[in-house]
Amino acid sequence: MSANVKENVMNAAIMPDERGHFGVYGGRFVAETLMTPLQELEAEYAASKVDPSFQKEFDDDLAHYVGRPSPLYFAQRLTKLWGGAKVYLKREDLNHTGAHKINNTIGQALLAKRMGKTRIIAETGAGQHGVASATIAARLGLECVVYMGADDIQRQAPNVYRMRLLGAKVVPVTSGSRTLKDALNEALRDWVTNVDNTFYIIGTVAGPHPYPLLVRDFQTVIGREAREQSLDQTGKLPDALVACVGGGSNAIGLFHPFLPDAEVKKYGVEAGGDGVETGRHSAPLNAGSPGVLHGNRTYLMEDNNGQIIETHSISAGLDYPGVGPEHSWLKDEGSVEYVTVTDDEALAAFHQLTRIEGIIPALESSHAVAYTQKLAKTMDKEQTIIVNLSGRGDKDINTVARIEGIEL
Amino acid sequence: MSRIQACFEQLAQNNKKALISYITAGDPHPSNTLEIMHALTDAGTDIIELGIPFSDPMADGPVIQLACERALKHGTSLKDVIGIVKQFRQTNTTTPVVLMGYQNPIEIFGVEKFAETVSGLVDGVITVDLPPEESQQAASVYKQYDIDTIYLLAPTTSDQRIQMITDLASGFLYYVSFKGITGASQIDVNSVEAKIDQIRKHTDMPIAVGFGIKDANTAKLVAGCCNAVVVGSAIVSIIAEHGKDMPATTSEVKSLLREIKDALDNDETIQNIA
Ligand SMILES: Cc1ncc(COP(=O)(O)O)c(C=O)c1O
Repeated sequence: MSANVKENVMNAAIMPDERGHFGVYGGRFVAETLMTPLQELEAEYAASKVDPSFQKEFDDDLAHYVGRPSPLYFAQRLTKLWGGAKVYLKREDLNHTGAHKINNTIGQALLAKRMGKTRIIAETGAGQHGVASATIAARLGLECVVYMGADDIQRQAPNVYRMRLLGAKVVPVTSGSRTLKDALNEALRDWVTNVDNTFYIIGTVAGPHPYPLLVRDFQTVIGREAREQSLDQTGKLPDALVACVGGGSNAIGLFHPFLPDAEVKKYGVEAGGDGVETGRHSAPLNAGSPGVLHGNRTYLMEDNNGQIIETHSISAGLDYPGVGPEHSWLKDEGSVEYVTVTDDEALAAFHQLTRIEGIIPALESSHAVAYTQKLAKTMDKEQTIIVNLSGRGDKDINTVARIEGIEL
Repeated sequence: MSRIQACFEQLAQNNKKALISYITAGDPHPSNTLEIMHALTDAGTDIIELGIPFSDPMADGPVIQLACERALKHGTSLKDVIGIVKQFRQTNTTTPVVLMGYQNPIEIFGVEKFAETVSGLVDGVITVDLPPEESQQAASVYKQYDIDTIYLLAPTTSDQRIQMITDLASGFLYYVSFKGITGASQIDVNSVEAKIDQIRKHTDMPIAVGFGIKDANTAKLVAGCCNAVVVGSAIVSIIAEHGKDMPATTSEVKSLLREIKDALDNDETIQNIA
């Protein structure tokens, strides 16, 4: 290990700094009204971290309510078909509510309860985080309001109904580009107005400090399990990790426990949309530049005047112009390689995994699967790749059917 | 002496309060902004707060969000905003102009280049999403170029934070009257008074109160405990209603502001709305 890599690894362990910075990224860029509530959240989180009863409640919920540990599944037929490295799927799709999002919402809802908040709000793109928030709100008896872009409400109709069944109020957001970023703006506006009784459950490793930190911590259960399962099942660490990156929570959850292992290659897959060269994509790490949005400094999709530009992806959960600040830092440090996969490639992978392994993946996760296909072919048969199968694809069948010209 | 300081000193000598008027630059069209700015001063505005449009104004309510959208539809950039202030200064060299906006457009322009370009034209900068913890660098650049860094204070701001902010601030302080976004209307004059008393223990700097001030009565009531009131969404709503019909826009904006200014200047006009 070179001195430089070693130093980066040591930095990784202590990131973020006490003000929430990952190198030049992260921080707390919010209006003054939210500064004190964020400091209170930070203090409460710090206290809960060293409180064994909080940790026990979290672990118990993950075991008995979510169904963890999620399996690490050897995709034998896919491996054979692709003819390269052995492909293992980390089955976050098997979690209660069908995605990794629930790991984080449980953690934050327990914090909400600890802080005596009676109302939770959330933003959602694909609807997975909204469903996970509505689920935990139902279980804890909390009022729940979910902000969702009006366009996303159209393309993720099953999840909208699911949230309503769970008792949540789904508020369509019609401002701006009517997608995830606008839902986040609207949730922040709600929070600043109702901050006394309301806890804002952010769905990814973005937002102001301490959100990128606490969401990461709640999601690292994915990587810790995968590490142990890999050692158990293959007798070694994997050679590569692959995860899709929207805001980056499933990716950081898988990668973070492996950051000290520089020999384990890490690939974050952004949504290439119609192709990065067309400008119609959601790949800020590949084609954006640093700026400030939603409370943190990070890579963004923006124009020359600093206005946030519209993004495009077949998958609503990746359709976001920013990315968690830790990913921006990991990109600059070179510890993770960020790549892109187009809509068409993701769609092909969606069908392939469904037909070859009998697993319908979320369109978000299909991006990771598509990149794994390319990567596996370049590796030896003895090597292993762990792909984060961040969610199941039931929510996407309407979208896929529409593309195929089928009316459900 | 800076324009802001001169403005507050003169008002204080006459025992008067400042009227600060907010509009979003480029709304409804960049070619209209100069005329609206002059209308604001004609109607008694003491300080102009000129909004830099941003695609994601997370602290603003629907009225100012839509103003940003209208301005951005015509591509109003920070460079355009500065150009407008430059034109304004050709005929008005005394009214302080404060730019208010979000950090990203300034950061992409370049903080140093921005400060250098607006020096002498613009008197202060309010960056909504740049609390003191993140503002050190920008604030020191602004200081070099004699631009005031104006900070927000909120109902949630603790004594410790008030002290930190008053230590850093220059020009004036901007107290956000309630927990919420611009354009909302839950202002509670008693709680504003109590908080201003708390802030006063830390500073002699002028204090402006903004958010929720829509008419003469509220302005008058709030002005009783501070040095300036900020009117924003009420003006922007008029611009939204009349669009590019400038005679209608300017005459209605002027009559709203004159009414507010009269109430602020005149001891008799107060009506108890409680
Ligand atoms: C299944 C699934 N995977 C991935 C994502 C992207 O989020 P993140 O990058 O935070 O994991 C989403 C977001 O909605 C999702 O639903």
